[in-house]
Amino acid sequence: MNIDSVQNGIVLDHIKAGACMQIYKYLKLDQLDCQVAIIKNAKSSKMGKKDIIKIDSPIDIDLDVLGYIDPDITVDIIKDGHLVEKKHLALPQKLVNVIHCKNPRCITTDEKQLDAIFLLSDPEKRTYRCAYCEAERKSHR
Amino acid sequence: MRHLIDITDLSVEEIDELIATAEDIIENPVKYQDVAAHKQLATLFFEPSTRTRLSFESAMLGLGGSVLGFSSAASSSTAKGETVTDTVRTVSCYADIIAMRHPKEGAPFAASQRSQVPIINAGDGGHNHPTQTLTDLLTIHRERGSLNDFTIGFCGDLKFGRTVHSLVNALSRYTGIHFIFISPEELKMPNYINESLQKKGLPYEETESLEEAMPKLDVLYMTRVQKERFFNEADYIRLKDTYVLDPAKLTTAKKDMCILHPLPRVNEIAVSVDDDPRARYFEQVRNGKFIRMALIMKLLDLKA
Repeated sequence: MNIDSVQNGIVLDHIKAGACMQIYKYLKLDQLDCQVAIIKNAKSSKMGKKDIIKIDSPIDIDLDVLGYIDPDITVDIIKDGHLVEKKHLALPQKLVNVIHCKNPRCITTDEKQLDAIFLLSDPEKRTYRCAYCEAERKSHR
Repeated sequence: MRHLIDITDLSVEEIDELIATAEDIIENPVKYQDVAAHKQLATLFFEPSTRTRLSFESAMLGLGGSVLGFSSAASSSTAKGETVTDTVRTVSCYADIIAMRHPKEGAPFAASQRSQVPIINAGDGGHNHPTQTLTDLLTIHRERGSLNDFTIGFCGDLKFGRTVHSLVNALSRYTGIHFIFISPEELKMPNYINESLQKKGLPYEETESLEEAMPKLDVLYMTRVQKERFFNEADYIRLKDTYVLDPAKLTTAKKDMCILHPLPRVNEIAVSVDDDPRARYFEQVRNGKFIRMALIMKLLDLKA
């Protein structure tokens, strides 16, 4: 299967197979006007199979969101058809309005105008805690 | 500007300073009677409380300050749909410091993000109640002369008891403390607390038997076992008296053990225990006022 190479844009590589639509949604890629290619189950020597997203526009990606969903994703920045930068992600220390607290007793469930803030509590277990009520949320992977 | 939302907002050194100030206030109350003159404390209690609200008010009055506020959400603009942050922003135009209790977890943290004055969390649902923890620490310090090297038993509802979680957390920063968690299987200490003790290499035991733990204890921290926490009534009936402290159960206790309880009690400590010199829970109530006086002084940067 051939997909045209990106000229100026971003390639999200090493996405866990099956997770690309979730990333598409979190990064709000549906709102973009440019070409976006979603490749599912691409062959990978490292992962067996993986998903890839190619975005043919130099947009700003929210690396915190991406790092939270899957810190193993690599972000390739393409300029004039060449790879100019490869970004490796990490779990962000703080997430603002990325995920929302599910604890019904938390103030954020009543007062929607408050920022939903989560802080990294255990990098090994990839867990976050709500800054308000400390309810735990695990990263997706 | 500092707030007190969670007990870990204070370092061990700061807690030690607060205890030292509170102990000096107890010895020399006159020295402190005007330090907060012309300062105002607002007590915003979105749910009812007896001890905590009166304790804050008594503390501010004891420092020569004055108090304003409300004692239920129904008598505030919350009843009209105002958000916590708006209420607190408004009140911070009138007062120098705010103590707030709210049924929703994290409400004081939300308030602290927008307040112009220090916020003290006076209890947010089942989450945090840091001034109760400070009260407990002051009481243990006064009874034992130190916050290091002793065995403390927590008895009753350890699963939902916010005062217990917070005190374990605070004590885990001191040295030589041995924890014994005494509860029915249904109300055991949550795993994350046990895991945090394991990570710090702190010893703890879990048991269902208060009698078995009693002779080892230097401090016994009682909590209420609430009927609504049980899945079925039969279990509640089977267990409820197991965790009622009475003079018979105290026969094997150390002579200098101290019994604490965050209060209110229902029936988990028999009234006949009140006259035992080891019963320190009403002294604990008294200490609550003094540690809050020390805390108000610290957050308002007042000196005697």
